[in-house]
Amino acid sequence: MILQVAFIYFAAVTVFSALMVITRKNPVHCALYMLAVFTHVAGLFVLLDAEFVAAVQVLVYAGAILVLFLFVIMLFRGDGMKDKARFVSGWPIVAPIAIALMGLLMSILMHSGFSGAQGSYTIEAVRSAGNSQVIGMALYTDYLFPFEIASVILLVAMVGAIVLAKKKAD
Amino acid sequence: MPTISTADLAAISPEIIVLCSAMAVLIMGLFVKKEWRFLLGYLSVAGLAAAADRTWAMRSVVHGAFSGMFILDGYATYFKMVFYVAAAIALLISISYVRMENIEKGEYYGLILFATAGMMVMASGSDLMTVYLGIELMALSIYVLAGFLRKSLRSNEAALKYFLLGAFSSGILLYGIALIYGITGTTNLHDIAAFIQTGTYSKPALILSMILMLAGFGFKVAAVPFHMWTPDVYEGAPTSVTAFMSVGPKAAAFAAFLRVFITALPQIQADWTIIIAALAILSMLIGNVVAISQTNIKRMLAYSSIAHAGYAMVGFVAGGAEGISSVMTYLLIYVFMNLGAFGMVVALSRGGMTGERIEDFAGLSKKNKMAALLMLIFMFSLAGIPPTAGFIGKFNIFMAALNSGFLWLALIMVVMSAVSAFFYLRVVLVMYMKEPEDDRKLTPNLSMYTAMAVAAYAVLYIGMNPSGVIDFAMKSVSGLM
Repeated sequence: MILQVAFIYFAAVTVFSALMVITRKNPVHCALYMLAVFTHVAGLFVLLDAEFVAAVQVLVYAGAILVLFLFVIMLFRGDGMKDKARFVSGWPIVAPIAIALMGLLMSILMHSGFSGAQGSYTIEAVRSAGNSQVIGMALYTDYLFPFEIASVILLVAMVGAIVLAKKKAD
Repeated sequence: MPTISTADLAAISPEIIVLCSAMAVLIMGLFVKKEWRFLLGYLSVAGLAAAADRTWAMRSVVHGAFSGMFILDGYATYFKMVFYVAAAIALLISISYVRMENIEKGEYYGLILFATAGMMVMASGSDLMTVYLGIELMALSIYVLAGFLRKSLRSNEAALKYFLLGAFSSGILLYGIALIYGITGTTNLHDIAAFIQTGTYSKPALILSMILMLAGFGFKVAAVPFHMWTPDVYEGAPTSVTAFMSVGPKAAAFAAFLRVFITALPQIQADWTIIIAALAILSMLIGNVVAISQTNIKRMLAYSSIAHAGYAMVGFVAGGAEGISSVMTYLLIYVFMNLGAFGMVVALSRGGMTGERIEDFAGLSKKNKMAALLMLIFMFSLAGIPPTAGFIGKFNIFMAALNSGFLWLALIMVVMSAVSAFFYLRVVLVMYMKEPEDDRKLTPNLSMYTAMAVAAYAVLYIGMNPSGVIDFAMKSVSGLM
């Protein structure tokens, strides 16, 4: 019961804040509503027994990425965007299509069971070993190769940011 | 507890070599003086050659490494060889171009190698996780390369457009992957197929996830209706980068596309075949028809690349060892002919937009007989006229479609090829029939002409002796089936 109430709270606030993110005029308000989205999604992760992901969500998204967003908005004096149209001109046509597509996705998802094969990391296995430990183990054994590729991706992102944004080109 | 064996490390040794060369080039770019930076391009090519040597040495090895995340098999080997060729020719084309555009940096070569490594991971990914990360590694490098001309607004626009739409399509692909993980409880391609085999899944959700993944891959191969980004990005990106991304990433996207659908989703083949057939028809139709009205040769080649994705998808629809190997052969041939065509655009360019209009080719036969002849070969090949390789590629796909009962699809392909001859041959016409607008000479350049000569030789050689390539593709595909 309490879990259901918590879920409804987190889900409702997430959806509401997400709508606010795209409808507010002041970009700083948008960013702050996004903060609400991130923290409440973290709440949903906790409900799913994924404490580690929840913590990462708060640290990385709410902590690092959002601060970056705010920095960029302030640097570019985002209030100039207040007078601009909020949505692309074709939105009255596009929005119903998007909503219809969402309805289709939701009806398919609600009518199909997800009783898929259970991997080796069942809820019991995760609980007995501890959340972060299981993730650490998986990351450095089964997922070692993807983990290394992900680190190369970060290197490329770093190089790319420097190449594109460095002030003085030699 | 899984352990990593030396066999696992040996399996990824080509990737390691490419990544190490990329990092070496990055670091050396900081120290090497400007007038010697072209050597970094040759160093990158040497790195690719070393990796190709390793891959070729392991061509008969089949080894699943890293807990089923990575697979080395004939199929992956074939595509890796295609990537080495594509990246090496693109690098050779780039060397003089980047100097002219004043973007000669270690990062340029490094990013091409990083993109190549991403493509290799895509071809070898036997888990959706690895495939996805390979796609991201490749795509991120290409986004940056597309925006490498920092002062050109067109280049900025291309990079931003490609990045935003690419991120969006990655999101759609990921949504499909998440759904299929929810349905089957695994991301391993073989385990997914094994689970679907048991029959205890809900079909609508599986079809939905298949469609989402198809949309993601459709974007990467630039198939209609996911092609909107192609003309603008191809036009705005530095020409040498456009040359690379029109062949390498496209072949890599096909490599991953084919492996994921054939290995993981054979049970619903009837469902995806019909969608891919529709995409193939649309791509051939829109790509070829819109290409006719283009005046910018980069845009024309962009629409032509959409059409060629359509031809390749006809082979995909035909399926079976014959159909899939015809796609593989086609992609290799496409690398040579399209890089050749783009190489000639690079050879003509003088910075800015010059050399990009089809009119800039006017009277090329009088200015430089050799260059005009090379362009003629590449245009004939793209149009699919014998005795060039383009004909062999199309003929193989045509026969595969015919043999598996897709007569109507094969017929559409023939008709659209005939339409395509119109705009390819117009370039030839402009080169040979029109008077030159000015008397600018092409500056001879060793690396560029080496690349063009190799591409032209390959186009003619494969066109006249196709059996070697076809056998190689046929042998390579057996692991996938």
